[in-house]
Amino acid sequence: MQWKRVILLAGHYGSGKTNIAVNLAAALKRQGKPVVIADLDIVNPYYRTKDSEEELRRLGIPLISSAYANSNVDVPALPQELYAVVDQTDTYAVLDVGGDDRGALALGRYTPKILAENNFEMLFVMNQYRPLTRDAAGTLEVMREIEAAGGLPFTALVNNSNLGAETTAQDVLATAGYAEAVAKASGLPIKLTTVKESLYPELKEAFPNAVPLRLQNKRIWN
Amino acid sequence: MADKVLMKGNEAIAEAAIKAGCRFYFGYPITPQTEIAAYMAKRMPKIGGTFLQAESEVAAVNMCIGVASTGKRVMTSSSSPGVSLKAEGISYMAGCDLPALIVNVQRGGPGLGGIQPSQSDYFQATKGGGHGDYHLFVVAPASVQEMVSLTAHAFDVAEKYRVPAMLLADGTLGQMMEPVVIDDITVEEHDKSWALTGTKGEREHNVINSLSMLPEELEQWNIDRYQRYAQIEKNEPMWEEYEMEDAEICVVAFGIASRVSRNAIKAAREKGIKVGMIRPITLWPFPKEALLASTEKAKAYVTVELNMGQMAEDVELATRCRRPVLSANRAGGCIPSPEQVLAQIEAANQLGGEQ
Repeated sequence: MQWKRVILLAGHYGSGKTNIAVNLAAALKRQGKPVVIADLDIVNPYYRTKDSEEELRRLGIPLISSAYANSNVDVPALPQELYAVVDQTDTYAVLDVGGDDRGALALGRYTPKILAENNFEMLFVMNQYRPLTRDAAGTLEVMREIEAAGGLPFTALVNNSNLGAETTAQDVLATAGYAEAVAKASGLPIKLTTVKESLYPELKEAFPNAVPLRLQNKRIWN
Repeated sequence: MADKVLMKGNEAIAEAAIKAGCRFYFGYPITPQTEIAAYMAKRMPKIGGTFLQAESEVAAVNMCIGVASTGKRVMTSSSSPGVSLKAEGISYMAGCDLPALIVNVQRGGPGLGGIQPSQSDYFQATKGGGHGDYHLFVVAPASVQEMVSLTAHAFDVAEKYRVPAMLLADGTLGQMMEPVVIDDITVEEHDKSWALTGTKGEREHNVINSLSMLPEELEQWNIDRYQRYAQIEKNEPMWEEYEMEDAEICVVAFGIASRVSRNAIKAAREKGIKVGMIRPITLWPFPKEALLASTEKAKAYVTVELNMGQMAEDVELATRCRRPVLSANRAGGCIPSPEQVLAQIEAANQLGGEQ
């Protein structure tokens, strides 16, 4: 699969951007490409890219993240190293943008350079099972809000429809029509259909663009 | 077939409140509950409701007093330090016999504390927090689905008995995502003849007030209120029993701590320890009868809490100190591990065995 240098993941919060960002960075690294991952989330207090810090270190993928992420203080700060992502044009950059328009606001300060380089793709991550993106109209509304806040246009869609740990193949199959409706309404291609690893064998026929996802979230409760 | 959606706990509370007929939300942002306000800000304008970000927690809770006085369903939400700020207003609500829902998605304390999950406002929720003789009806969900059902239930109980209710969650539950069904909420109708809706010249004025110049009158208000509290204690305790049939060790845990405990109980059962759990779903009224009854079979108790051992006191009271009560606790934003809980179950098994 072909990728532009800067890959931005944005969408309704809770749509699965962080998991996809980590998996995508790992895939690029496995292809031998130099890649960094950046956490632009200034909204979410828990469940962040930083949760995958150890795995990313093991893979040799630098993580650019707020020094305060996952700490006990609540400072919506972005690290200065983030500027390297837009300046260092020989390295792939996966940008995990915070949820909704509020999350995408943080993108604004990097937008002019990203547009000037013009080697980016901005993926809209969508999950039909999230309450504000149940249909194409609601999804389009969230897309337009994010584009207005971040100043960058979406270039493709990622169908990551899931119900968390309980997701069945049928749950994913049932969202095919929704994804096509969003594609039609937005005029954007569905670049990926992301599914949890265990469902991939069942779904790869139905979705030629299916990609297996390793889930990052470790829970100690059941 | 009911439609499942994947929701954050905080969103589920907000949507459940809307489904339960709440059309007024006043709040002020604080992590880890801000998604409640964010969700209300998006949804309320679309359904003719009111979302208002107040200038402070104090302002928000007083706006709730205003709406509650008209008999409409109203909600505010915050996290621990913000709930302390609301405490005065909550006491006034209790004194005015006003139903409303206050949500506390707890974080570590005391003071500014931190933003990671906690259950350290147990005392504040169940034993006051504000001044005066009063109780809140307090529910403690343990899943996103229960955040839906208990939000709706709390509104109903609050109106039925004219008391403020609190949904006591923690940051983990507020932030976690789980599939939920949200469409099967029914709204109970309760008497609202006390509400300030305008007399239209057809009836006497209703008065909503917590001030009395006469000590005997104020005392009588308290006595009347406590008769309603007695009804709540009789009718409304909720709890879940898990593997209690033959349990000799009884874990007592609510909210997220109960879910960690389940893993520990499974591990202990594999080691041959007869252990079960009583999970309080209402924290006030506390399920005292269930705990007292459990002393017939249980020889020791293990409380699991994300605090320094607050509910443990109520377990000792409810069991009349007949059995030893051990604790597995973490504080400051940390969560007890299943291994830590298992170790205390094993210790209780030894201890109880010696008695």
